[in-house]
Formats: sequence, structure tokens, C-alpha cells
Amino acid sequence: MFDVFLLEAVLNGVLFGGILALLALGLNLIFGVIDVVWICYAELIMIGMYAVYYLHAVYALPLWLAFTACIILVSLLGAALHQFVIRPVLSAEPINQLLVTGGVLFLLQGTATLAFGVEFKNLGVQLPTLRVGELYLSTTRLIAFVVALLGMIGMYLFLTRTYLGTAIRAISQDRSVMPLMGVNPRRIFLLTSALGGALAGLSACLLVLQYDIHPAIGLSFGPVVFLVCVLGGLGNIIGGFVAAFLFAQFVSVGGYFFHLEWGYVLAFLFFVAAMFWRPRGLFGGRL
Amino acid sequence: MLALNNVSAGYGSFQALFGVSLEIKAGETVAVIGPNGAGKTTLLRAISRLIDPSAGEMLMEGKLLNRVPQHELVAHGIAHVPENRRLFPRLTVEENLRMGAFLPAARAKFAQRLQQVYALFPRMQERRRQPAATLSGGEQQMCAIGRALMSGPKLLLLDEPSAGLAPVMVQTIFEVVRTMSAEGYTVLIVEQNVRQVLTIAHRGYLLVTGRIKSSGTSAELLATDEIKQAYLGM
Repeated sequence: MFDVFLLEAVLNGVLFGGILALLALGLNLIFGVIDVVWICYAELIMIGMYAVYYLHAVYALPLWLAFTACIILVSLLGAALHQFVIRPVLSAEPINQLLVTGGVLFLLQGTATLAFGVEFKNLGVQLPTLRVGELYLSTTRLIAFVVALLGMIGMYLFLTRTYLGTAIRAISQDRSVMPLMGVNPRRIFLLTSALGGALAGLSACLLVLQYDIHPAIGLSFGPVVFLVCVLGGLGNIIGGFVAAFLFAQFVSVGGYFFHLEWGYVLAFLFFVAAMFWRPRGLFGGRL
Repeated sequence: MLALNNVSAGYGSFQALFGVSLEIKAGETVAVIGPNGAGKTTLLRAISRLIDPSAGEMLMEGKLLNRVPQHELVAHGIAHVPENRRLFPRLTVEENLRMGAFLPAARAKFAQRLQQVYALFPRMQERRRQPAATLSGGEQQMCAIGRALMSGPKLLLLDEPSAGLAPVMVQTIFEVVRTMSAEGYTVLIVEQNVRQVLTIAHRGYLLVTGRIKSSGTSAELLATDEIKQAYLGM
């Protein structure tokens, strides 16, 4: 007996996985290359979401313009984060690096609370639900999925087909040999940070279409993104990609069979079990 | 082409080089030999701009190198093949070579130089899509040399290319350097393997505890007692 609701749950899981994969990509890129975790990653996205909201819903700029501005803004934020916050502690102990980006997390949260207030804001973009036979799918989610996929393909092509992309992959494998080829490692790190920021900005654009904004929303998806990255192997881009879809399926299908919240519980249980089995993540190590 | 005038260098309070002077003319293959701890690595690190010399001048075609940042060295025409190859393990052979051509001027000539490198190292062409970590030691050395050649350097610095290689591979690598020498490349080669390197180099410098003990053509050096003394303590 074919269960269309199960199929819907699976498909929604896939769509959710796409967004999660894009989120994981940015974080894995930064850690894989620079070896620093941006604890404030979700807060950068939160700022991006507010940017889109204010540009489009308040100042009535066309949506595509708001999106572009958001991506540029968060990209610059990422570069600034590296240049001013992370560079000074690059050779310090990892705990210092974590604490410093943790500080930025609270800084961004506090600033957002002061600047934007604590009422939930919504972009107000409503797209019709797509109906395929007896299946109901959210068009917003579908579009977000396609864009996330395109973004990841774009990153893949950049990393494999361009000199800069190859340099980014190279520097994560042997940092000190880079100058011998005329590559200034500092510039690559800065570029990677800008790229990580751009990915976060893109994620913000896709998330703001689907969810309400609040200064503390970073806390609702931030830990999940970290979890997904660790599940796939922190720094491993392919690992993060696979882990995202796996996790999303647990959430979606688990939420279908049991109660909605159980979906997350099952997904977290899966994560804990996976960590016992493979402490370094399903795919281990760095890219 | 390259001239070192009275160069001293070290690490903090520990001095490793004391007033070293040497020169390399275009088209020459020059060897720097010496026992362990003689300062050969320090010498290459100074030229390669990993450390600052504390005294003396390093000149490349008349231009002062002393304060040039590491990553600008390639733009001055010096390509360094580091000790232990230091390839990017998970990049393919061709991607490693591509990294060698990172400089804008080198990118323009990428296709052409790639063919030259493949002509010099046919095995690299066979293995061009393999990750560098899967290559044998000798093949990795060839890839590392190829990577340095991709920038079209005027001077090639080879840091102990035979280190860690099986004897058969050592032969191959020295054959490669001999071929390059014959094709007119300018090479500075630092080596432990005295006899082998002096058969392919035009001239050599013997470095002992941070000072040039003797220099001359390869034939001259091989005949000296100093070589025997330096290596075997005779």
C-alpha cells in the first residue's frame, strides 16, 4: 500500500537536506582550510537574514537586489571576521579561537537585539504550494533546494577548475609550501573567509524565505549545522554533504512516523550512535 | 645569476652560517655538499627566504633578495624544490603541476610548460590523474621538480633530491638532473650524496660547520682530501 505521506516526508527530508548541506559547506570550508571553527557562523546568517528583511520588506528594494546585497554583506563580514578577529589568534590554542568567535556570537546577537528588537519578523514572501498528484510540496522549499544545489555545484566547479580554488584545496593540505609557488597564504585565508561568508549569505537568503527572523535564531539552527559537520567529519566537504541529507531524512521521516519533535530526537540519537561507531565522523578528517 | 656575499644566518642566538660566499652563473649546475649539520639547509632557507640573513647580501641577477617576502621569490625567477618533496597529497599530479604555475605570468604558459614537463617526465603524464600520495618516492620527486619548473624559473633550488629514495630511484633522479643540466637549466643542488652529485654538477662548494671549506670544479673537489675528511673524518 503506497503511502503518499511517507513519500512526502522523504521528499521534504531531501529538500531540508539541501539547505543543511549548503549550511554545512560554508562551515566545513572554513575549518578545512583555515582550521578554525566559526562558532558565530549561524549569527552571520542571522545578520544576513535581517539585511534581506530590511532591504526588501522595509525599504521595498526588489528581492533579487536584497539577496545580492545580503551575499555581499555577509561575505565582507566573513572577511572582516578573519582579518580582525581570527588572524590575531591563528597561532594560539584552539580554545582561544573558539572563545573569540564565541564572543562574536554574543556581540552579533546583542547588536541585533538592540538594533532590531525581539519581535519575530517575517519577510512576507508567500509562494503557492505545489501539488503533484496527492503530494503537496512547498514551492519555497523547492526553490531553496535548487538554489542550494546550484550553489554547491558552483563551489565544486570553483574548487576544482580554477587556480584560486585549487590553491584553496592545496593550502588545506600543506600550508607552509604555498609561498614557494608564489601564493601568499594570508590572501588565500582571506579569500576563503569571504567565500565562507558568501555561502552563509546565500543560506541566509534561502532561510529568510522560509522562517521568521529573531536575534536568537542562530541558536536554533547553529548547533544543528555543527552537528551535521561533525557527523560527516569536520572539515570534510563531501562528508558534510552526505551527513546533511542523512540527518535531514532522520528528522523528516522520524517526524512522520512518530511525533514531529521526535524526528529531531531520533536524528540526535543517530548522531550519538554514529559518534560511538566513528568518532572522527562518518568520513573522517579534512578534505 | 645568483650571488651570496658573506652571508651569515642562524636561528636566534644560534648561528649556522658564517660569512658564506658563493655564486652561480647562468646554465651552471652547482652542488653544495657537506656533512650533516653543516648548514646546507640553513643556506637554502636563507635563499628561499624562510629566514632572514643576519649579515651579507644575497643577489639574484643583481637584485637584492635579503628582504624579499617568501611568496615573491618565484616572481624573481627562483623555484625551490623542498626537502621531502612536499607535494599536495590529495591533489592529482596535474593539479600539483598546476599549482606550480600559479603566478599570472606562468598561467599564460601553462599548456606549453605542461607539455615540456611531460616530455621530461613521461611517467608524470601517465599518472597525471592520480593523487600525488599514490606515487612512489622517485615519482614524487619528479613531480616536485616538475611543479617547480612550471613557473619557468631561471634558477632551480634542489634540496636533497635523493633523500629517502631507493638506490635505483636515486640513479633516476640524478639522471633527470643531468638531463636538465644538459638542457641549460641553472641548478643549485644541495646533496648528501657526494659522489653522485659531483658527477652531474659542474662545480661544487663544500660547506662544513657553516663555512665554505673548499670549492672548485667537480673533478677538483672529488680529488681533494678535504672531501674525505669532511665525510669520513679521515
